[in-house]
Amino acid sequence: MDAMTDTPAMPSPLRSYLLEARCEFLRLLRTPSFALPVMLFPALFYLLFGVLLNRSDGGQAARYLMATYGVFGVMGAGLFAFGVTVAMERERGYLAYKRALPMPPGAYLLAKMAMAMLFAGMIALLLAVLGATLGKVSLAPSQWLLLLAIDVAAVLPFCAIGLWIGTLVGGQGSPAVVNILYLPMAFLSGLWLPLSMLPAVFARIAPAWPSYHLAQLALKVVGMDAGGSVAAHLAVPAAMAVAFFLLARRRLAAADAR
Amino acid sequence: MEGSFVELASLRGVRRQYGKVVALDGVDLSIGPGQVLALLGANGAGKTTAIALLLGLLEPDAGEATLFGRSPHELAARRNIGVMLQAAGIPDNSTVGELLALTRSYYPKPRETAQCVALAGLEGLLPRRYGRLSGGQQRRVQFALALCGSPRLLFLDEPTTGLDIEARQLVWRAIRELVAQGCAVLLTTHYLEEAEALADRVVVLARGKVVAAGGIDAVRRHVAQRRIRCLSSLDAARIAAWPQVRSAQRIDARIEVVTDAAEAVVRRLLAEDAALSELEVQRAGLAEAFLELTRDDAGDASSPQAREAA
Repeated sequence: MDAMTDTPAMPSPLRSYLLEARCEFLRLLRTPSFALPVMLFPALFYLLFGVLLNRSDGGQAARYLMATYGVFGVMGAGLFAFGVTVAMERERGYLAYKRALPMPPGAYLLAKMAMAMLFAGMIALLLAVLGATLGKVSLAPSQWLLLLAIDVAAVLPFCAIGLWIGTLVGGQGSPAVVNILYLPMAFLSGLWLPLSMLPAVFARIAPAWPSYHLAQLALKVVGMDAGGSVAAHLAVPAAMAVAFFLLARRRLAAADAR
Repeated sequence: MEGSFVELASLRGVRRQYGKVVALDGVDLSIGPGQVLALLGANGAGKTTAIALLLGLLEPDAGEATLFGRSPHELAARRNIGVMLQAAGIPDNSTVGELLALTRSYYPKPRETAQCVALAGLEGLLPRRYGRLSGGQQRRVQFALALCGSPRLLFLDEPTTGLDIEARQLVWRAIRELVAQGCAVLLTTHYLEEAEALADRVVVLARGKVVAAGGIDAVRRHVAQRRIRCLSSLDAARIAAWPQVRSAQRIDARIEVVTDAAEAVVRRLLAEDAALSELEVQRAGLAEAFLELTRDDAGDASSPQAREAA
């Protein structure tokens, strides 16, 4: 017992990260109240509004909504995966338990982020399959890939916002707050209807929402955006992601030191 | 860590407040290799706070907490420990096997899965989801997660609360086996039997202070109190005035007497009430007994009887 100062062989952090992510994925999949609405709502809405109800517009709606429902889907994945599950796990003492274990730093949040991105990718693929088959949307391979990449990255600002909401209102309150934010924000960002069909005031305030910028990026890929600057559409959500993540981290640190 | 006594974990002069409530007030404790230290005390005595400080979940307001000579925040320190907390909040929809594999991956030399299963009595539970297990099975899973890293120091916060007798015996056996392999254990408990069965040293906390510390036998001598219960028509107020009776009260049909000399009091009870029935004699809980002790010493809190010399 004279080995007080020696450092034992490092366990492979990579293995921990992978197992953490795997556990997280399986758990989300086994939580029907998360997996079903998050995966199926965008697809069902798309079938209804993009395919069935808009057959006579030459495929415009099928094209537009495939891009915007992707953003709508990943909003839900990010907000619910982070806003609700992190807050609940924190309240139940799981976060404290994890902090007491020699878990590699950041493994918990990285795993959650990776899984939110995976879910985002699955939502995007599902919409792409529906769009290409039933919606008869035809895009170049590079366009399909770009759309997928935008959706996968777009989940991150919503992860950060969800995390922050969870630290503000806790696990019991966060589903309600997330829903209050999620559906109006989707509507006001033009994810369900083009902003041009709404009163002009909504178009003026739309740049305040991260989902608006992400939707414009997705729409640019399918050639239906409003012509804004790509740099701005990238910068606003990125800045929001960083800002909300830092806010959430500050609140988590303050609460844990209590 | 110079000196002959190597500390695996220690609190030195630790003070911790929650708002105006002082949870720990100048607490010193330490645990060395292979020792089993039981931290005893009533609810709210500061046991869980002491553990949280040693694990780096809380910061002391004053004083210092160390783990393997380092800050508890260092990963290298925590790789030597296994942890079982009262509220682990383990996700319901992970399987036992997934939880075990994940937790084992945090440690440099984890114990074989089969061995974890055998030690914690988890046969057949690996594919089951955590949320579908009984309370006792969940507790055993938490125990398995605590020992799966081959820790040199095990933190067990009320490890057998909620376990039936059989499961408790299994956990005790496993703890003894780990101790025989050289693992040190810091456990908190409400149960005197648990401390007696496992610990070689005891620290008793009351209202955030160490009120007694020492070998299990030395501490046991301070707990002469026993509790007598029986069905009797005798007057409780009159019994309370008998010599060596600390208190006597009537609870419905029963009389409950707390005394330092159970044998003499029982003899007298039987002599005075021939119809007395359902006689029970129990040792008072260690924590309660020490609360009693500290109340007697209220004016002189700085000289607890059995404070450890070294």
